[in-house]
Amino acid sequence: MDLFIEGDPIADTRAPDGPIETRWERRRFEAKLVNPANRRKMTVIVVGTGLAGGSAAATLAEQGYRVKSYCYQDSPRRAHSIAAQGGINAAKNYRNDGDSVHRLFYDTVKGGDFRSRESNVHRLAEVSVNIIDQCVAQGVPFAREYGGLLDTRSFGGAQVQRTFYARGQTGQQLLLGAYQALERQIGLGNVEMNARHEMLELIVVDGKARGIVVRDMVTGEITCEFADAVVLASGGYGNVFYLSTNAKGCNVTATWRAHRKGAYFANPCYTQIHPTCIPVSGDHQSKLTLMSESLRNDGRVWVPKVKGDDRSPRDIPEDERDYYLERIYPSFGNLVPRDIASRAAKNVCDEGRGVGPTKLGVYLDFADAIDRLGRKAIEAKYGNLFEMYERITGEDPYEVPMRIYPAVHYTMGGLWVDYDLQSTIPGLFVIGEANFSDHGANRLGASALMQGLADGYFVLPNTIANYLAAGPFEKVDASHPAAVEARRDVEDRIQRLLAINGDRTVDSFHRELGQIMWEHCGMERSEAGLRKAIDEIRALRDQFWQRVRVPGDGEGLNQSLEKAGRVADFFELAELMCIDALHREESCGGHFRAEHQTADGEAERDDDNFAYVAAWEFTATGQPSVLHKEDLNFEYVHPTQRSYK
Amino acid sequence: MNLTLRIWRQSGPQDKGRMVTYQVDDVSPDMSFLEMLDVLNERLILDGEEPVAFDHDCREGICGMCGLMINGNAHGPQRGTTACQLHMRQFKDGDTIDIEPWRARPFPVIKDLVVDRSAFDQIIAAGGYITAPTGSAPEAHSVPVAKANADAAFESAACIGCGACVAACPNGSGLLFTAAKVTQLSLMPQGQPERYTRVIGMVDAHDEAGFGGCTNAGECTVVCPKGIPLSTIGRLNRDYLAATTKRGDTPGT
Repeated sequence: MDLFIEGDPIADTRAPDGPIETRWERRRFEAKLVNPANRRKMTVIVVGTGLAGGSAAATLAEQGYRVKSYCYQDSPRRAHSIAAQGGINAAKNYRNDGDSVHRLFYDTVKGGDFRSRESNVHRLAEVSVNIIDQCVAQGVPFAREYGGLLDTRSFGGAQVQRTFYARGQTGQQLLLGAYQALERQIGLGNVEMNARHEMLELIVVDGKARGIVVRDMVTGEITCEFADAVVLASGGYGNVFYLSTNAKGCNVTATWRAHRKGAYFANPCYTQIHPTCIPVSGDHQSKLTLMSESLRNDGRVWVPKVKGDDRSPRDIPEDERDYYLERIYPSFGNLVPRDIASRAAKNVCDEGRGVGPTKLGVYLDFADAIDRLGRKAIEAKYGNLFEMYERITGEDPYEVPMRIYPAVHYTMGGLWVDYDLQSTIPGLFVIGEANFSDHGANRLGASALMQGLADGYFVLPNTIANYLAAGPFEKVDASHPAAVEARRDVEDRIQRLLAINGDRTVDSFHRELGQIMWEHCGMERSEAGLRKAIDEIRALRDQFWQRVRVPGDGEGLNQSLEKAGRVADFFELAELMCIDALHREESCGGHFRAEHQTADGEAERDDDNFAYVAAWEFTATGQPSVLHKEDLNFEYVHPTQRSYK
Repeated sequence: MNLTLRIWRQSGPQDKGRMVTYQVDDVSPDMSFLEMLDVLNERLILDGEEPVAFDHDCREGICGMCGLMINGNAHGPQRGTTACQLHMRQFKDGDTIDIEPWRARPFPVIKDLVVDRSAFDQIIAAGGYITAPTGSAPEAHSVPVAKANADAAFESAACIGCGACVAACPNGSGLLFTAAKVTQLSLMPQGQPERYTRVIGMVDAHDEAGFGGCTNAGECTVVCPKGIPLSTIGRLNRDYLAATTKRGDTPGT
């Protein structure tokens, strides 16, 4: 059987044409509006309370819609956006260093290795400036200069200082800003908040997304919830690799269930491997911890020049060290984009020059910066990160260089959306990391926060009105056949998982799946490896459904049951990721195919054949997916081989 | 190393609950505390027992979801460290470790080590924000903020809402949490218009949720993984006094 079938092309029919800097303005003008009296009659479900979901729920409620918000955590404040460390990009040009909306647009398209849509990225760059204004007004305590104005710093893939930050906890502060706006709306009675609730199915009525099936994770109760539109802001799927920088609960279930109901899944193989994470220390490892990219502003990355050099790093003289990023990429140095820094680390480790007990690590050394700026200055900038490193490794990074290694961090792929952020299911909108839209094949640092808040505060609240203008839609309740069926599917699946009562735990399967994915669909992919992975995933998935043991019942808090449902969906996603990676016979951004590299080992894109978005349509379990291609056209940024040398 | 764990097991809100002893062997010092519990749970599942329920998510000390009383200390023995970032090198072979949930009236136990902290959200909903509807914000640089104030606001804003302060307080007070937000917002010029209504709203919600009053025991700040200082409560009290005076009420009612 073929792995997939090629179907008709797909197009984004919502993006206006004309000069790129006028498109968002035009779309906002041409989109229909909903008058305030009618907004009160309409309900929007928002799944997820991170930067995208939290900001969207708050903003929609401010506009007068009735909002129902869901998150699996015990509070909306805990969504994983909170862990973002480094910063948020905005084209304010406060530094007078040549930044502009057009440059942020250009850097993002180039950074994404020419696999994103120009219209979307330009809009993102435009609204970036409003995000900073909004967050400052909310009281977000950004870092400031002595004059009281905002400080900025550099991030990878940019030669300007456009990254706003709040020490190493920018995500936390931005999320708390959105969370507080959301809590205000909850307090006013405009948002019904449902924490510890997990979306397990999408309800589609007459072709429109009209609700979700949720499980109350405390009581086990399963209910159908209805609305005029559904917004998924459920984050990325990096946990398919088991080990990642994602929170333990991050999962693909909301988007995968929507995919199975008809929403196309775009570019699932585009995964971001972050270069600066604390290396794995043993088999017990349950997650990986990121060390912010901002550290590369002052830290220098190096390995010994010769392999097998086991001396302590402080005993290795300067001329026996290889500052390989500075050597290979002199113009960007330690601040090359993430995909490039990660692969370079992999290469030096593959050469046998890795450091630390596992030899899967490179040094990130602050000795020069401490000499230059003094320990106090380094403490002020990165103190919390250094402490975190010491707690986890037991080593003091002020004294010995940090050891770092790449780890799965972010997924650029996600549900396909048009310019309005609407999926292929009318009424189903997808925002933040859960969609695929803005980062192409590689996301630049400090752009995830920007996109999440752009979508939630400024884009979706405008575009969703165009859809809701046709509402309120006919009332649906739990007795509707579509709801009854969706609910029964959820209940059957839970019963099936509980009934297996096998001899392996959910985590043991998840770990094994993660190893397959890391080995074959990680930093470097090959045809042979991907084919092997697909076979292994299918075999392991069969084993899962025969041998998994989920203790307890569905009648209350059951964390094993929650995990089992998520891992079952990861199995299906993993296969699609490998198929997507296999079909994309080129290297671009985070997708590096061993067969497609230049003579000096850089990614080799094939714009003639692969300058498209791969949007996958689900057919049936065990049946090949259908590939729909959306051509990418570049009118403003001419695709070139990305060079950071 | 080999450890003896005594863990609070409680099947649900109605169950009385009890300490149950477990043996965990071959624990690596590089494991995090929660990874050590993962090891126990994997074994319990294969032995046909219910694994121990505990809250956790980011496992990097920032989401605030984890929270365990470890040998009577909220988040365990290491200062400035959440349970998820506590590593087993802080313990030694042969140790007996007691693990219990947060215990406070406003934090009812849901199951085992999992408690309901939604009372914290109610406090925020009662005023822990600046009213700034999306789209209404002025240009960011139109209002400078003195660096010292921005930095001090950040120190308070670093609160992760884990609830350790409440669990450690002999009165079950949530004032350190409340004061951290009051302090952050009252230090920012943007927070001034709602400064006094905010503090009254939040303190009222705090009291209504069943948290106790502050008697300056100071346990909260000792266990706070983010080092929120006790002086924030002083600042809250000053604002509260000023607010109630402005309102014409008697302070402390």
